[in-house]
Order: sequence, then structure tokens, then C-alpha cells
Amino acid sequence: MKLNVNGKEYEAAAPDDMPLLWVLRDILGLTGTKFGCGMAQCGACTVHVDGQAVRSCVTPAASVQGHAVKTIEGLSAPGLSAIQRAWIEEDVVQCGYCQPGQIMAAAALLAARPHPSDADIDNAMSANLCRCGTYLRIRAAVRRAAELAGRTA
Amino acid sequence: MKTTRPTMYGRAAISSAAVLAALAALLPAASPAAAPSKEEGVAAFETVRAVLQHPRCQNCHIPGDAPLQLDDGRPHTMGVVRGSDGKGAPGLPCATCHGVTNPPTSYGPHVPPGAPTWHLPPPERKMVFIGLSSGEVCRRLKDEKQNGGKNLDALFHHMAEDKLVLWGWSPGAGRAPVPVPHDELVAKLKQWIAAGAPCAP
Repeated sequence: MKLNVNGKEYEAAAPDDMPLLWVLRDILGLTGTKFGCGMAQCGACTVHVDGQAVRSCVTPAASVQGHAVKTIEGLSAPGLSAIQRAWIEEDVVQCGYCQPGQIMAAAALLAARPHPSDADIDNAMSANLCRCGTYLRIRAAVRRAAELAGRTA
Repeated sequence: MKTTRPTMYGRAAISSAAVLAALAALLPAASPAAAPSKEEGVAAFETVRAVLQHPRCQNCHIPGDAPLQLDDGRPHTMGVVRGSDGKGAPGLPCATCHGVTNPPTSYGPHVPPGAPTWHLPPPERKMVFIGLSSGEVCRRLKDEKQNGGKNLDALFHHMAEDKLVLWGWSPGAGRAPVPVPHDELVAKLKQWIAAGAPCAP
């Protein structure tokens, strides 16, 4: 199957029903996206498809042919995004495992709502779990990312 | 003992009688069917009500802003919300987890189901069915101010053809389908509409 990931065309030899997450990690070598629960319950595998947050663990890879997939690797090209800089400035990360998914979810929120309220942040981020409990720093980082993006806009 | 054998004439007479009898049986169907009575319409709507108040339908036709899930109608996990257009929160639309089809069975029993345009009614037209009597469901269903401007024809097509509605009969593993067969729902809808869409008191 043919996939467009982070603006690059890939040819992947995979069954149509293989989860997109497996294709990204095991075939294309894009291991920034993480496996958490495998059933869309934790958000660690979040990527964007045509700009919308999608759980790649329950998305058959063949279903995104002809669509633009973006992973955490694509978010940082060519330099760190405002979101990633905000994450560093707020020192959000503890173990870090869920953070690619958190950041991709935050990016989808900020694309839809550049200046989100706390309620917007809670509503958009509520399906991304963090076992280290970094939720308050995540919320602060989303606010800071909105500020940083506003300064550079 | 003298026996009689049927003559050709006799056979023809019997055959003609059979044909007439068959035609007579067909005549009522060939003539215009009488519209169902109000009582028949109200009775037909009872089947429609049972479908609308099944978890596959009423889990998303909710009074608040948080959908329900599974057969016991428990609050949806993850604190997801209806959003301003019924399609979820900015950044976390329903389609983040609910694809356009149910996931392959190889993904296991606990994955989110999918159908095209997965969404709830918008907040200004919630179309709640939970806890209503048959008459209340009926009047709400017909109220074009509440139902998004759907006349009876549009309501019929919504329930007969909308792919998200049809998902209720193939909801994937771990969820009970609507027990009323879909063609029976369609037939009862037609009967209710033909009766003038009457509602119970």
C-alpha cells in the first residue's frame, strides 16, 4: 500500500487491516508514535490524518491511503514547533512515554482553537492518559504554546 | 355400481371456478388499500419507540453533553463531550476514535465502533428520547423545530437509510444490535406515516 507520511511517499508491504501504528513503527521505522493500550483508550498512538487527531492503533492502514498522515517526527520538521518548545519550557515530561501522543493531541487542539480556554484544553486532552500524572504541566504547556505561536505568527 | 368420471366440461368448470376464486382473493390487494386507522398508527409507532429507546439509539440522544455507551448506557469514558456541532470537542472530534466502519474483528472486542459521520445531535436540537412516554417521543420526533427541520419523509429516510442509524443493527462485538429487525422498523414507520403519524396521548 502507498502511504503519505510527514509529506513523504512510502510503499509499505502490509495487510490492509494492519493497524497504522504497526506500519509506522515496524515497517517505516517511525518509532516516535507509541503503543499504549491498542484499543483507543489511552491516546499514546495519536497521529494526524488530514490534520485531525486519530488513534493509529485502531486505524486500518489501508484506510488512510490517499490521506496525509503526520506523526510526531513530522511535527518537528524543520525545527521544533511552538508546542515542543512549550513542552521543554514547562518541563512537562516525566517518563515521557505518553508525550508524543499528548503533543499530537495538543497540536490538533491548537489548530482548531488557537487560543483555547482551560475547558477547551480539558475537553481535548481528556482522552490522553499520563500515568506519571503530568496533567497540570500539560495544561500549562498548551497555554504557553498558544502564546509562543501567537508571538511568531 | 355406476361411477361417473369427470367430463372435459366438468374439468373446465372446476378450473374456471378455481381461477375465479384466485382472482377474488387477489381483488382486495389490487384495490387501493385503506389507510391504517389512528389506533393502528399508534400501535405501529410503539415499535418505532422501542427502537429509539434502545441503547444503540438513545446513548447518543442524551439530555446532557456527555454521551453514554454500551448496553447499560454508562457514561462514555474519557470525559468526551458533544461539542458545539455534535461532533465532539475542538481537537478531539468523535472521529478521533470512531472510524467510518467498525474495526476489523482481529482488533479485539474493546475497540471503539465506527460508522460514517459518527456524531450526536447538535446542542440546540438534542432530540432526547430517554425516559419519555410513547406519546412524548412521537411528538418530539415530529416537531420540526426540534428535529432539524425534518418532515415525515425526511424522518423516514433518516431511519431507513442513514448509515449511522443502520449501524445500530451491526454494532460490532460486545454490543447488542437493535432487536427489532430493520425491515420491520421500516414497515411500521410506513404504517405510522400512512395513518397520519398519530401519537398516543
